[in-house]
Amino acid sequence: MFKPFIGSAAAGGTKWFLRDVFGIGVILSFACVGFVLFPNNLSLLTRIVGIALLVLSLDLITGHCGVATLGQSAVFGAGAYLAGIAAVRWGINDPLLMIAFGAIGGAIVAALSGVIILRGHGLTQLVLSIAIAQMLQQIANKASAYTGGSDGLAGIDPLPIFGLFVINLWGRATYALAIVLVVLVFIFLRILTRSPFGMLCRGIKDDPVRARAMGASVRGTLLKAYVISGAVAGMGGALTAISTQVVGLDSLSFQLSAQSLVMLVLGGAGTLYGALIGAVSFVLFEDFVSAANPFHWLTIVGALLVAVVLFAPKGLYGEAVALADRMKRDRL
Amino acid sequence: MTALLQVEKLRKSFGGLAVTQDVSITMAAGERVALIGPNGAGKTTFVDLVTGHLRPDSGRLLLCGVDVTKLSPTERVKLRLGRSFQVTRLFLSMTAREHLGLSVMQRCGTAGRMYGHYQDNSQVTEEIDQLLGLLGLNLVADQKVAEIAYGQQRLLEIALALALKPKVLLLDEPAAGVPQNDTQRISAALAALPSDLAVMMIDHDMDLVFRFATRVVVLAAGAIIFDGSPAEVTKDQRVREAYLGSYAHDHNGS
Amino acid sequence: MVQTFFSIAVDAFAFGMVLFVITIGMSMTMGLMRVVNLAHGAFAMIGGYVASYAIQALDFGYATALLIAICTTIVVAIPIERLLYRRIYRAPELTQVLMTIGITFCIIGIANYIAGPTLKIIPLPEFLRGPVDLGFRSIAAYKLSAIAIGGGVAIALWFLIERTAFGVYIRATVDNAAMAGSLGVNAKLIYAASFAIAVGLAALGGIVGAQMMPIEPYYALRYMVMFLVVVSIGGAGSIRGALVACLLLGAIDTTGRFFVPEYGEFFSYLAVVVLVSLFPNGLLARAA
Repeated sequence: MFKPFIGSAAAGGTKWFLRDVFGIGVILSFACVGFVLFPNNLSLLTRIVGIALLVLSLDLITGHCGVATLGQSAVFGAGAYLAGIAAVRWGINDPLLMIAFGAIGGAIVAALSGVIILRGHGLTQLVLSIAIAQMLQQIANKASAYTGGSDGLAGIDPLPIFGLFVINLWGRATYALAIVLVVLVFIFLRILTRSPFGMLCRGIKDDPVRARAMGASVRGTLLKAYVISGAVAGMGGALTAISTQVVGLDSLSFQLSAQSLVMLVLGGAGTLYGALIGAVSFVLFEDFVSAANPFHWLTIVGALLVAVVLFAPKGLYGEAVALADRMKRDRL
Repeated sequence: MTALLQVEKLRKSFGGLAVTQDVSITMAAGERVALIGPNGAGKTTFVDLVTGHLRPDSGRLLLCGVDVTKLSPTERVKLRLGRSFQVTRLFLSMTAREHLGLSVMQRCGTAGRMYGHYQDNSQVTEEIDQLLGLLGLNLVADQKVAEIAYGQQRLLEIALALALKPKVLLLDEPAAGVPQNDTQRISAALAALPSDLAVMMIDHDMDLVFRFATRVVVLAAGAIIFDGSPAEVTKDQRVREAYLGSYAHDHNGS
Repeated sequence: MVQTFFSIAVDAFAFGMVLFVITIGMSMTMGLMRVVNLAHGAFAMIGGYVASYAIQALDFGYATALLIAICTTIVVAIPIERLLYRRIYRAPELTQVLMTIGITFCIIGIANYIAGPTLKIIPLPEFLRGPVDLGFRSIAAYKLSAIAIGGGVAIALWFLIERTAFGVYIRATVDNAAMAGSLGVNAKLIYAASFAIAVGLAALGGIVGAQMMPIEPYYALRYMVMFLVVVSIGGAGSIRGALVACLLLGAIDTTGRFFVPEYGEFFSYLAVVVLVSLFPNGLLARAA
């Protein structure tokens, strides 16, 4: 269902290791550049990282496994709320623990909703994912004793990381935490997608009947992938909670789900790098443009989406890689 | 010789139409059975029933003595029932090597491993190379499946079925849509199949059938009308009627 | 008690019928062209905007405005079909979802730019204002007319598809476009005509339902999920299925809003999850 958006396929051997080390180097250098260019706006950059984690999680479940979802905000918000509730209601203020809670929240919601969502295919799956996310948003709205309802959950006051790095308005410690987190998650996802499990997921995306004929459990494999993606998104939510110190209903919104899908497609699905590129470029662009007029922003996003679908289905990263491959082949 | 596959009085109807009527077959290790019959005879339906993609209305299926009638296709695969598809169903975005590797690992139970690379295990890579060599796919092993020739895709189908180390193998029209030159390759691959494997092949290519089979079963309108040696099948009156209809009586002779 | 039941029933019926008129076109495009058109609600919105403008700014009568709005929406939709939709007829579902979401966003943005973010009212004609006395109770006239229009559309469509030559062409093209083509049926023309009908119906539904679903730029997004759900449950291409699904969802939504308004749409979505899980291929889906 997702064939036109696949990036480069997995290649065996040790070349990939060097390529990825280089890739992580690029990520880290961008992180440093960001630190230098926006020293007063690190909270924006941290927000980008939180969203990047969401888009990475979407890349795993949609880009690699072919599960259609417009409800990924459910696991993102679940992580954000659980981390926030842990901090505000249960007194667990250590940022690393909060991130752990985020992962747990996302994973639990993914496990429960995955059982339902994975029963459907295509349009049905999409509708189920949307409905479940909306249900969760309604629950968050009603359970205001825990979540603060429509006012949101405020008063998140994280302790210093490791007791040393204070989290304050400058946001330096938070930013460092964000970068470390996203690099670790990225490495983890890279290992996962290279592994036999990752291959199996890609196979299931290509042809679930063949996967079943091979003796593989399609539902079981997808559920595992879904839970992992839930944990990743949940960590993104928790990071956002730590950074903005508030959790609102918009972290469970349909808009967030739709936007994350747009970011994934923009950057290029199935490549992990595309997810990062999509998230960064989209949020930076949004910050730049939408300050002017939110509706112009919507039109631009719409036009961008149409353009990408028609002319660059592999996304920015995917098309760049394809171009590089073509140039290499022409030179040989 | 123990029977590896026992089909007992399998019956299946769709609405009022009986597509499988009291079909009983037994296959022993090493047998090479060709299942032939006119179009619409119910051959693929039969294979679907045996592999579990269809549920029979009545009858029993035993695999190496185990009753598998109620088991799902995945469970039957785990009990060593292999099948290739009439219409190629492959992971188009993978290379042949990766595809085979995944099948081998699935059989070994390590396909769910979340770290490392499929080529880490030398046992796996050896097996992959063996299968690639057996089916002459070495040259295209590292190309994406979507980009290799159709005939080679059919060979990959067979390789995938073999990767699961089946005891009983069902090949649904392995040569369908394959150009003449490549059928030689398929014939050679079939000849090189493990000798203790029980293989049933459906095909319309009579050359292939007669080169391959030690036993021919003819299915017509859902029922078996002949089960015997290849030499006898062309002379059998019922078979001639099934294929030639009224013309069977006009032309006599072998 | 009985009063309440009838109250809800009538509201649900009216809402369901409006939903039907809007979404039957979406169901048709899904069944015929195999396109998941998330932008369908946007066309309903365009119809509403044009009608509102025609009545309020240009002083046209209700019926005239209705016609103008439907025609305008179709005229706007035709080039979009030619340039964009035609490229995604054979595309994977997710591609279609992304493209049509993109189109929706664009239409919302443009609508806001042209008409501003406020609600647009479509004033009802005299004879549709006020209640109608049915004897045992009275209901709003516009709700009654919505029910009548919905019923009319259902019958007209049924007639079109089952009893006319055009319907035969549609059914042939659905079953086998290549075959129909070799028999002289111009598939592209059929697609364009069907799309026009679908969009026209959406516009009609948007106008007729403007009291229940107010016209404003986010209309297309706000009700997108509901439209998707209806088509998903009703089954693509099935008039009967669409009717049942719309009435069912109308009933669930109205009942929920009446009895447990504090829980908002939670129960609606819960019902959606249950229904979609139980009927993944639609309630009365046409055999493919």
